[in-house]
Amino acid sequence: MPQELNYLKETPSQTAGPFVHIGLAPGAAGFDIYRTELGWDIAGPNAKGDRIRIEGLVIDGTGNPLKDVLIEAWQANADGIYAHPEHAGEVEAGFRGWGRVITDFETGEWGFDTVKPGLVPGRSGMTMAPHINLWIVARGINVGLNTRLYFSDEERANAADPVINLVEWESRRQTLIAQRSERDGQAVYRFDIRLQGENETVFFDI
Amino acid sequence: MVKPGEFYQRDRKWHPPAYAQNYKTSTSRSPKHPLISLQNSMSEITGPVFGHDDVDPIDRDLLSNFAKPGEGPIGERIILHGRVLDENGRPVPNTLVEIWQANAGGRYRHKKDTYLAPIDPNFGGCGRSITDENGYYYFRTVKPGAYPWRNWVNTWRPAHVHFSIFGTAFAQRLITQCYFQGDPLIRLCPIVQAIPDPEAIEQLVATLDMNATIPLDTIAYKFDIVLRGRRSTLFENRLEGN
Ligand SMILES: [Fe+3]
Repeated sequence: MPQELNYLKETPSQTAGPFVHIGLAPGAAGFDIYRTELGWDIAGPNAKGDRIRIEGLVIDGTGNPLKDVLIEAWQANADGIYAHPEHAGEVEAGFRGWGRVITDFETGEWGFDTVKPGLVPGRSGMTMAPHINLWIVARGINVGLNTRLYFSDEERANAADPVINLVEWESRRQTLIAQRSERDGQAVYRFDIRLQGENETVFFDI
Repeated sequence: MVKPGEFYQRDRKWHPPAYAQNYKTSTSRSPKHPLISLQNSMSEITGPVFGHDDVDPIDRDLLSNFAKPGEGPIGERIILHGRVLDENGRPVPNTLVEIWQANAGGRYRHKKDTYLAPIDPNFGGCGRSITDENGYYYFRTVKPGAYPWRNWVNTWRPAHVHFSIFGTAFAQRLITQCYFQGDPLIRLCPIVQAIPDPEAIEQLVATLDMNATIPLDTIAYKFDIVLRGRRSTLFENRLEGN
């Protein structure tokens, strides 16, 4: 018998179910319990860079919006630094770069305010275009889905982005790009996530 | 400077597939295209950092965090405790663990839950805690009840507690559910049975732990959680640079 490797196995994932709000956003479930709910302020008051808003729907294979989704966002600051000890560099006081939002119970719309992230170092000396990492959980989703949100006004950086370019089917790359518009002088990016079917969003195994 | 290592790839055969035939809701919510496999970059090996300032000590005590003074929830009092480890067997300290569950009657405190079992006025049903330096966490709560749900006409969820765990990297992010040893509903549940390997299912079953029980007070179950492990920095592939 050769030696045993003795690695443990990752705990298997299970769906977040329809009542994920109770645990992760109890105010939305209809009751107050914690001193503070986590994840409502991604960038904090001191963040440099452009203040932006992201909005969208999560749409299922029948074309209907989901109304029981929780999305988490993870992003770098305007200088492309993640608020994490393994990323060298400073972020502004109060900048966490992480947030969570839920879809509206009636309309399925979700949205959050943040700052636009900067270019982020990629593998092998490459640079990644500004992007926000998203993680989507809901009833009927057995393992949380990872995708990335890129910005329509970063055409040149997007064209050189090593992750976008990993997607062999060029037509599918568009599913990763949030479309910019303006509302009351503020940039608003639209990012609809399609779980299945026509224009299915590209999801990553990270 | 030593560059951090990458995470071991997720063993997708150990997890439930996106589409599980008997879990009907997964039918229209499962991507049809394969996931695009991504080698770790800075975006995946970093993740949100939480501290003890983010939570209050009472947040881990579901017996009291929503109860009126001098009162408490109805149900079997339990301690639910364990360690958060990685696949290398190393503890994951200072990581956020959040839980939510139904009350002892199987009813959630949620405006969308319409099950006829009553709301417990002294039970919120959620808790959160940061693991200590050994990766250890514990909660006090009541054992949740089984509840019916619309899948087949007669489908019941085994008693379960939902767990959300962060680790140190966005690549480790995990939501799962903890079941209880000996529950006959486990083998009937389409959500549990979406996991193909029976050994993987066993990993989700908390064990009665008489050593952690408080005599004449609270019974205990142990539930260890394993997050993805990562390569030793000694042998890692370089993430950036040449
Ligand atoms: Fe549940």
